[in-house]
Amino acid sequence: MKVGLAIQQVRSAEEDLANELERVGERHMTDQEVYHLTRTLADVSRRNAEKIARFQERYPVSGGIRENEVGSGLFDTVREKGAQMVGRRPESGLLLLRDLRALYTLASWASINWVILGQGAQAAKDAELLQTTKECHPDTLRTLKWTNTLIKVVSPQVLTS
Amino acid sequence: MNGGRGSSSAGREEAGTGAVRTVDRIAEPWGSRTPYGTGEFWPVRIDAFLEEGVSEQDVDRWVQSASILHSNGDAMDIAVKDGRMVGVRGHVPSRVNHGRLGPKDLFGWQANGSPDRLGRPLVRENGGLVETDWETAMSRIVERSGELLGEQGPSAFGFYTTGQLFLEEYYTLGAIARAGIGTNHLDGNTRLCTATAGESLKESFGCDGQPGSYTDIDHADTIVMYGHNMAETQAVTWMRVLDRRRGQNPPKLIAIDPRPTPVAEEADIHLAVKNGTNLALLNALVHEIIEYDRVDYEYVEANTVGFGELEEQTRDCTPEWAAEICGVPAAEIREAARVIGESERLLQTVLQGVYQSHQATASACQVNNINLVRGMIGKPGCGVLQMNGQPTAENTRETGCNGDLPGFRNWQNDAHVQDLTRVWNVDPLTIPHYAPPTHAMQIFRYAEEGSIKLLWIQCTNPAVSLPELHRIRSILEQERLFVVVQDIFLTETARLADVVLPAATWGEKTGTYTNSDRTVHLSEKAIDAPGEARSDLDIFLDYAERMGFEDKDGEPLIKWHDPESAFEAWKECSRDRPCDYSGITYEKLRSASGIQWPCNEEHPEGTERLYEGGRFWASPDYCESYGKDLLTGASWEPTEYMATNPQGKALLKAAEYVPPYETTREEYPFWLNTGRTIYHFHTRTKTARAPQLQEAAPEVWAELSATDAESLGVGEGDLLEISSPRASILARARISAIREGVVFVPFHYGYWDLPEEDDGRGHARAANELTITQWDPVSKQPIYKTVAARVTKLEDQEGRAAPAPTNTGSKPVRDVGFRTAGGASALVTEKIEEVNDG
Repeated sequence: MKVGLAIQQVRSAEEDLANELERVGERHMTDQEVYHLTRTLADVSRRNAEKIARFQERYPVSGGIRENEVGSGLFDTVREKGAQMVGRRPESGLLLLRDLRALYTLASWASINWVILGQGAQAAKDAELLQTTKECHPDTLRTLKWTNTLIKVVSPQVLTS
Repeated sequence: MNGGRGSSSAGREEAGTGAVRTVDRIAEPWGSRTPYGTGEFWPVRIDAFLEEGVSEQDVDRWVQSASILHSNGDAMDIAVKDGRMVGVRGHVPSRVNHGRLGPKDLFGWQANGSPDRLGRPLVRENGGLVETDWETAMSRIVERSGELLGEQGPSAFGFYTTGQLFLEEYYTLGAIARAGIGTNHLDGNTRLCTATAGESLKESFGCDGQPGSYTDIDHADTIVMYGHNMAETQAVTWMRVLDRRRGQNPPKLIAIDPRPTPVAEEADIHLAVKNGTNLALLNALVHEIIEYDRVDYEYVEANTVGFGELEEQTRDCTPEWAAEICGVPAAEIREAARVIGESERLLQTVLQGVYQSHQATASACQVNNINLVRGMIGKPGCGVLQMNGQPTAENTRETGCNGDLPGFRNWQNDAHVQDLTRVWNVDPLTIPHYAPPTHAMQIFRYAEEGSIKLLWIQCTNPAVSLPELHRIRSILEQERLFVVVQDIFLTETARLADVVLPAATWGEKTGTYTNSDRTVHLSEKAIDAPGEARSDLDIFLDYAERMGFEDKDGEPLIKWHDPESAFEAWKECSRDRPCDYSGITYEKLRSASGIQWPCNEEHPEGTERLYEGGRFWASPDYCESYGKDLLTGASWEPTEYMATNPQGKALLKAAEYVPPYETTREEYPFWLNTGRTIYHFHTRTKTARAPQLQEAAPEVWAELSATDAESLGVGEGDLLEISSPRASILARARISAIREGVVFVPFHYGYWDLPEEDDGRGHARAANELTITQWDPVSKQPIYKTVAARVTKLEDQEGRAAPAPTNTGSKPVRDVGFRTAGGASALVTEKIEEVNDG
């Protein structure tokens, strides 16, 4: 049974997402919508990470499989790539675009982990766990959609000015 | 709970049929009562005011128009004598006002003749503004435009327009910005007043368009006003409500407002909620309506989608839960929900208390949801009025000057964009449609970071009206930003411009505009503009010609040359769209009392209310918007909308309540609420130049509750310092029945009329020095009403009263030694006509 692993991955993906939302918000305080909404969405991610953490007792991670590191690892990679491409340019618009792109990737990562966990919950016939994934996953999709919306709004101006 | 019938403070006197009364309309802003019963004809009362020494016989001619200092759209006539405006009267027939006018209409016209009108263009030379000719001024704009198009392209341009031009002017501006320059950066100050109204209608009905009509007041058995001080913002429609309240079978009235407004005083139930908690209250009202089975399930099933989510979202939102958040007793919330739930003809209205507050769109949508789940839309007395602030705000929405494409076309729908390129005969790539049109706050952000380099501001005064004024001034003062201001006075904003263009205003030019209930009026030119001032339309046409904007065949992009030909062009653009004007002509508007769109072959006399029989404009191929998430503003994709709402039903959308971004704390323990008084409009550019209005409310004040005043040791009239994390201002204290913990400051007062020596006193007068740069993520409307503040007493005035009106929302709790009145200079005749059921 590796459901515990999937739970751990969802949890750390949501925690990473929450942390990065807060960091991005602080970095872009002059982009007010980013500043305010990242805090709201970070709270949602954190709340959902806690909700899913309650299932960890039911599904302990068996020995030999370590807590997955791919969440934070992916995050670093994205940050580095973004930084390499545009990070040293002074324009705030480019920095914002870089950060939003990183957020988008983290939100997709969290989202697909919810999908995997939902599949596992169905196979394990755990109605409660399945219900929790159904309640929480739309929040992650919303963060993903919000990031996508913002990227679409910001990028034309960044690229043509 | 408050008194109900008979508790109104002013204008209670009833007048018989055929009577003529002379009324001080500063002392009695709503004038004489003419009671009427359910479904009856609202009696005609013709209000008239002429300047001293002029009688009706002296007037050379009366010129048809409509009010320009609020969104009510009252039909009126302008009196002209010897080429000058000398007065006004209510126009009859008039479906909106039945002859009545509000105080701003009666007296505000005098601003046209003010000696400090701009008569010549100004340009910046060696740091100062100097007079010049049109050729020089326009050449500078055209030259800079050409440079920027070459260096950067369309993204360097921003247009910040208003809610006070005419439809023909907006339509022309939209074509210039979107197809001439090809920029996405066009928005109005209507972002500040009406954006949430439009957005909530798009979210709930798939398309903008006011569902209800003012005539719903004639039929309603219950009226609910959310953050809507109708008495002071739409004075004439409030007269209609008062007349119903004094007649047979009066409607019940519920008010939601932290202030003791005239509406709250009149109401049967007044919920004085804490700032920033509207959504909690509304979620609880919906919870109760579902809990007590006040839902019209047949209607919901046939005509809506999303009831399950609505039920889920409000499941735990009990009155006790909301009471804790909103700071009002659960029993009163429950009682309000019961009255709403038991109504048979429910009219709900919404304004800035919701629109300029936290979670604006989600709250406004929840109001729509109440009418929808009760099946009370599109029937007499059953409606929603999502109101506007400004007189022509509706037209910015229709013509695409307020964050949409013209004709309520959907920027995410390629077929709609294609259709617009057909109308303008341009290539599809010309018109930006890769993202939503840029909203005002984002336009200023781009100007701040330097990517917008030319900002053209028309007929609005952001240096007083936008939040966080220090920031706005610093943006407009930047050397790298070329600022054009088109206005009728040298406003605080115009003083920061590189080029100032003197404009003609209402009464000096012809055009149409549309009020909050879709009524289109024609306003004709009555007099000449002063000096060399030109109509906004002529300025835009001149710019387009000088820039040489062309369509794809090399013909001029702008194919019209005057107001009527612009109107005809707009009719084609609006044809077969919801805001269909194709059946309206100038001639028809001259003979009718105002026409409600859609007006076309099918509805030649216009359309009183929308969505009869659950027919919405929400089908995926026709809707104006695919909608957004109500918590974050994240856009829905077309596929998502098609899957959710394939049949084009109304959408029941909801969001969870979350606390405001800025909250009160030890250092800033008060909620600051900014707002309006009946006697002024916006930044007083016009109303301060009308003596009766200016004297009624001459200087800024701050309202405090008696309890708070006592604990701060503040007496009536004492000088206060009000501070927020952004800045501090000075104002004198009015002790009123406002909710404890709230301080109210009117936003009208800027700096242009301060004596020279006070001018530099550190920007300590405008309420917007204090407000925070934040906006509703869905409608992008700035949030002016959830700001944390501190109040400190500076000087004792020993009982000298604050300069605040005593007969409106700023009414004092005890006698302050004077009563607001206009005296002999404010006498208005009110002629009550024979009752006529026509």
